[in-house]
Amino acid sequence: MGSRKFGNRQRAVEPQDGHERMSNEHTIKTIAGMDSVNTTVLGADEIILNMGPQHPSTHGVLRVKLKLDGERVAGSECIIGYLHRGVEKIAEHRSYQQFAPYVDRMDYVAAVSNGLGYCEAVEKLLGTEAPPRARVVRTILTELQRIASHLLWLGTHALDIGALTPVFYCFREREEILKIFEKYCGARLTTHAFRIGGLQYETYDGFEEDTKRFCNDFAHKIDEYETLLTENRIWVGRTKGVGILNAADAIALGVTGPVLRASGVRWDLRKAQPYAAYDQYEFDIPTRESGDTYDRYVVRMEEMRQSRRICLQAVENIPTGPIMARIGKVLKPPPGEVYHSIEAPKGELGYYIVSDGTTQPYRVRVRPPSFINLQAFDKMAKGSLIADVVAIIGTIDIVLGEVDR
Amino acid sequence: MGHLIPPSIMPFVLPVLYAVVIVAVLPLLAGYIVLMERKVMADMQARLGPMRVGPHGLLQPIADAVKLLLKEDIIPDKADRLMFWFAPLVSVTMALLAYSALAIGPAFQIADLNIGLLFILAVSSLGIYGIVLGGWASNSHYSLLGALRSAAQLVSYETAAGLGLISVLLLAGSLSMKDIVQAQSDQGVWFGFSVPFGFFIYLVGSIAETNRAPFDLPEAESELVAGYMTEYSGFRWSLYFLAEYANMVIVAGIATTLFLGGWLRPGARYHEHIPGTGIEWLDALPALLALGVALYSLSLAPKQPVKIQKVVMLLVALLCLGMAGVLAGALIAPPAVMQGIHGAFWFMAKVFAYIYAFLWIRFTFPRYRFDQLMRLGWRFLIPLALVNVIGVGVAIVLRQQFAWGPIVSLIPTTLGTLAVAMLLAKDDAPTAAASLADGE
Repeated sequence: MGSRKFGNRQRAVEPQDGHERMSNEHTIKTIAGMDSVNTTVLGADEIILNMGPQHPSTHGVLRVKLKLDGERVAGSECIIGYLHRGVEKIAEHRSYQQFAPYVDRMDYVAAVSNGLGYCEAVEKLLGTEAPPRARVVRTILTELQRIASHLLWLGTHALDIGALTPVFYCFREREEILKIFEKYCGARLTTHAFRIGGLQYETYDGFEEDTKRFCNDFAHKIDEYETLLTENRIWVGRTKGVGILNAADAIALGVTGPVLRASGVRWDLRKAQPYAAYDQYEFDIPTRESGDTYDRYVVRMEEMRQSRRICLQAVENIPTGPIMARIGKVLKPPPGEVYHSIEAPKGELGYYIVSDGTTQPYRVRVRPPSFINLQAFDKMAKGSLIADVVAIIGTIDIVLGEVDR
Repeated sequence: MGHLIPPSIMPFVLPVLYAVVIVAVLPLLAGYIVLMERKVMADMQARLGPMRVGPHGLLQPIADAVKLLLKEDIIPDKADRLMFWFAPLVSVTMALLAYSALAIGPAFQIADLNIGLLFILAVSSLGIYGIVLGGWASNSHYSLLGALRSAAQLVSYETAAGLGLISVLLLAGSLSMKDIVQAQSDQGVWFGFSVPFGFFIYLVGSIAETNRAPFDLPEAESELVAGYMTEYSGFRWSLYFLAEYANMVIVAGIATTLFLGGWLRPGARYHEHIPGTGIEWLDALPALLALGVALYSLSLAPKQPVKIQKVVMLLVALLCLGMAGVLAGALIAPPAVMQGIHGAFWFMAKVFAYIYAFLWIRFTFPRYRFDQLMRLGWRFLIPLALVNVIGVGVAIVLRQQFAWGPIVSLIPTTLGTLAVAMLLAKDDAPTAAASLADGE
């Protein structure tokens, strides 16, 4: 009975591709034509180490094939697709509104940002705009989401490097943000907070106070994280000079977000092509020069402070008025195409939408920041140690839901 | 009892009894150190830790042990079966063997070897064979890397820690655990105060030897999954686990004996009596402490949500009350009994304080990288330890030739070592992309 229940056992134990573990003779199958691990016969001292897809610090189901010379990485290859759900294809069979909740499942730790990008893209396609009040509320929620996303990054990144405690402090503060989301729209993680054309829900009573209270407390909390890490000798030793990505390489690889800014490129879509209500607020774009793991850490810490600043400015002055633009119940955008991108916590999140004039998009293509930033991994990891590999995976800040879609 | 046992085997009776006690008690102790670790960790991380099994999670170790015993025992297909089976046994046997020379109070010691310390060091470093063999026998890359790291790490840090211990041996003039404690009693100062750098070096070295964070590279979870233990499960895994925690107690015991005065009571020179009795305040402290814990658990008992938890809490209170009774009873017992019982209390208190320091460090610092670990060991700790040993030698000469006091003579040594430490630390500043070759 047991064997029937669990399927054919015999098949499960059959060798998959017949290669012996720990043998040095076999070659690696070519996957993507990268020049690193593939089709390379291993040297006498080299071994292949498979990190993932089940591994404590590959942040989901990323699989990294490492060619190791002792502990040194001689080559690497990221293998993705374990979380592929065909989100872009699904879009072609849903109406514009129906597809909105799906985008929350891409970067599931920054669902609000995903929603903002999609809603604004469709609004652009429709030739309409959300009313001012909706735009400001969207900005506040998106910036809170950026803080939440960075907190998750900080906690897990520190955990990868072996600091066990910051993750709990980060989750404590992230919880406050999730509570605000929950009070606003009933959901914490995959929020579906925005609608095409504006917002479905008015802000709840006390939204401003909650946000202000969080922002005021948060200033001290960031200092607390910094006392644990920023000048910690071991932390600096583990992150300085690790995974260096220079500006030219970063641009060539299409890297965006904090990773790009840590390499010294001052590029932030909130300033470069303002959307939502970002043109109304004062904030700085932190940049650093050397593009190593430590710089990316510093940039993200500073970004959290800037997000807090934006929230405080925005919540002081939320305009009154409608929260929904006048658009019909059935959305039929005119035939055409649009590309709209926003500065998501992890980088440029773009939506390319083609309309054929029906209620369903003809094509939706997502430009996810994690997917493109992950390309820089091989460049960063070459010549480093295994311990650096986990630091580098953490510092790129990937979410596999977004990489694979 | 004497007339029941032939005189020829009489000398073996007590040691065998102690050995049975150690083998029986140590797994339990290890389990409760794990609970302590989880509770301390929870406290530092703004959460509660285990709360479900027993009141405040007090029965969690027992639940864990049952779970581990019942788990499926998996041996990987391509593993070396014999070695896979043998390796955890080596680790755990060596860890338990080391206890035989540890002096838990003046009365509790299985064998008072005249080379006690050497024996403990030798036996506990044999435990590394268990790790290396296990890592190799698993036939897995993660295990192998963990085992290699462990071997390299142990070789490097055993040297530093050993040099740290030598500074004490010079002062004590003996390798017997009892004599070392006696020497501290005679000289009127714990060696941790007279050679602080020896203590510091041993502290760092012992964390590295027991593979605890920030030197937990052999089992670095985020890098090597579980290092040499990756392929182990169930009971075999728990043997490794037991060995790790037993080793923690061993190094804490060595540090207590050598640097923290062993079973000596803190404030040995302070003799204020409780009015009207011949009992000193400080001697009464352990009993009062146990009584306090008993009363506290008693007050917690009615607050427990479930009836069985109330009962368990009451049992805990009773246990503490019993301990208080024993500790108080010892006060009026003959001095030898009193010293035996109170000595064991102070020894264990110091051991747990040392382990607490381990935990504190673990939850505060990130993990070193392998090359940085090597650099710290060879470029910082070992030179520092050498300077310290030479300094202690100089201090002994000062003491003998110029009749300087035991503490005064060591002040120049400490200051000199401090200066060297600062110089070395400057040199050791983190540099970008340091190569492995640097560390070797």
